[in-house]
Amino acid sequence: MTGWLGPQEWQAVALSLKVSFWATLLALPLGVLAAYALSRWTFPGRNLLNGLVHLPLILPPVVTGYLLLITFGPQAPAGQFLEWIGLPVAFRWTGAALAAAVMAFPLMVRAIRLSLDAVDPKLEEAASTLGASPIRVFITITLPLIAPGIVAGGILAFAKAMGEFGATITFVSNIPGETRTLPTAVYTFLQVPGGEGSAVRLVIISIIIAMAALLLSEWVSRRLADRVRGA
Amino acid sequence: MLTVSITHQLGDFSLDAAFEAPAGISVLFGRSGSGKTSIINSISGIIHPDRARITLGDRVLIDTSRAINIPIHRRRIGYIFQEGRLFPHMDVAQNLAYGARHARGAAVVPEARIVEMLGLGAMLKRRPRDLSGGEKQRVAIGRALLAAPDLLLADEPLAALDGPRKAEILPYFERLRDELAVPVLYVSHAVGEVARLATSVIAIEDGSVVRQGPAEEVLADASVTPTGIRAAGAVLRARVVAHHADGLTELVAGGIPLHLPRIEQALGTELRVRISAQDIILSRQQPEGLSALNILPGQVRNVRAGQGPGAMVTLDTAAGPLLVRITQRSAASLNIAEGVSCFAIVKSVSIAPEDIG
Repeated sequence: MTGWLGPQEWQAVALSLKVSFWATLLALPLGVLAAYALSRWTFPGRNLLNGLVHLPLILPPVVTGYLLLITFGPQAPAGQFLEWIGLPVAFRWTGAALAAAVMAFPLMVRAIRLSLDAVDPKLEEAASTLGASPIRVFITITLPLIAPGIVAGGILAFAKAMGEFGATITFVSNIPGETRTLPTAVYTFLQVPGGEGSAVRLVIISIIIAMAALLLSEWVSRRLADRVRGA
Repeated sequence: MLTVSITHQLGDFSLDAAFEAPAGISVLFGRSGSGKTSIINSISGIIHPDRARITLGDRVLIDTSRAINIPIHRRRIGYIFQEGRLFPHMDVAQNLAYGARHARGAAVVPEARIVEMLGLGAMLKRRPRDLSGGEKQRVAIGRALLAAPDLLLADEPLAALDGPRKAEILPYFERLRDELAVPVLYVSHAVGEVARLATSVIAIEDGSVVRQGPAEEVLADASVTPTGIRAAGAVLRARVVAHHADGLTELVAGGIPLHLPRIEQALGTELRVRISAQDIILSRQQPEGLSALNILPGQVRNVRAGQGPGAMVTLDTAAGPLLVRITQRSAASLNIAEGVSCFAIVKSVSIAPEDIG
């Protein structure tokens, strides 16, 4: 594969996979939590949370990227805190992962929330009458029953992260080997004379990865759904 | 002993109920919407009543005046739901193990005994979706028992089943009542179930308890007809004494013979027979030349006029009190009043098989 791809192209693909992997991993627990809160709890500010979660979906990605920059930039307190704990994000691949996670978050929450809404709360009630504490109920009943939704949401988020462009380039720029992910690399190659060949190869890889992710998610969630299919 | 006192407002409906449930099966008996399910949901902790004090043995489950409210999972109360509520991602063995794994008390009944009693041995590896409605309910009963509950709640556990399935599950509840020490609070609006299962009955109307006591007494009380006058009928305890060659089975209730179509029970079996109030005719004289086989002499305890043309007569017989529904006109023309001697004529076919058990 490295023979067919130039070193710069390969670098972009590998970086994108790394960024998307960590973005998905970061978003998953928070996504489950947000979906659970939105699906099961009534609390003041629920609508606000719902709006915040969905904001990256409807805002122009450039705006999201700019908001990330002023929140996590080197001058911002949150950015300085992350730098202090040894996890700087400004103009680093970690920042690209953060941007991708934020952009993928709404898709993930929606998928998980759909599956949560489909879980009958009466089953959770039954588990508590059998002596299971709320946290045990969540781990032994809710989580297995929403597994298809989590898998689907995770893969959807991964695919979205692979394609994230606007917020990433605004937040962490386009630094080769650090923040030049697959889409930014395609963009860059199209800007230089003679770069079309590289761009086309990356586009083909993009399509393959996206299709593979989609098929995988369909397959896994179908298998899981069959396992937990209603009584 | 379960002691319950609840007041709760749900929209227009107000619940104000207090009762005690002794050992055995206590049936909360009333029509749909009378507040039965709200009562047991309050006991299990699923709903939080406005004001309540509920104690089980020496444990206080909820006392709103002292701000005590034990969460559901620490109440040690098993709950058999109408729809079973088996976990779809687990097989039968795992569903049963779920109850045992989270049990908060010592097991009352060993698992092997429960599996044997409920006939679950052959289905342990099956998934809930591959079970019939009756089988699901048996698993649900076993799962609740394995959580080592101090009390078992059952919310119309037969309501979602068809006739034959009901008949399949009822004997398991009887074994529960007769063989295990776990008290059961059983919600029902079906008088046949009440007659067959109840040790004691708590009759509920419009959110309040109208009568509580031993099943025979409450069902024979003409003033208590929580599911309507048509469903009224007394319950007699009888023993099988003979299977006759002509297809009839002879029972004896308090020394009085009763004949009914052949029932498949061994000689000497003790069972309950329900006789519907509208299946009895009263006569002032010893009847002669009648085709009816079952004639019970007795004395009128009281006569209650209904709102329509009917009247409900309570007749004390050697077999136990009977409820008889006649018209007020008949009561007047026959001079049926307190203390009068009468004969109750019951057609043998009128003892419905589903009411025997």
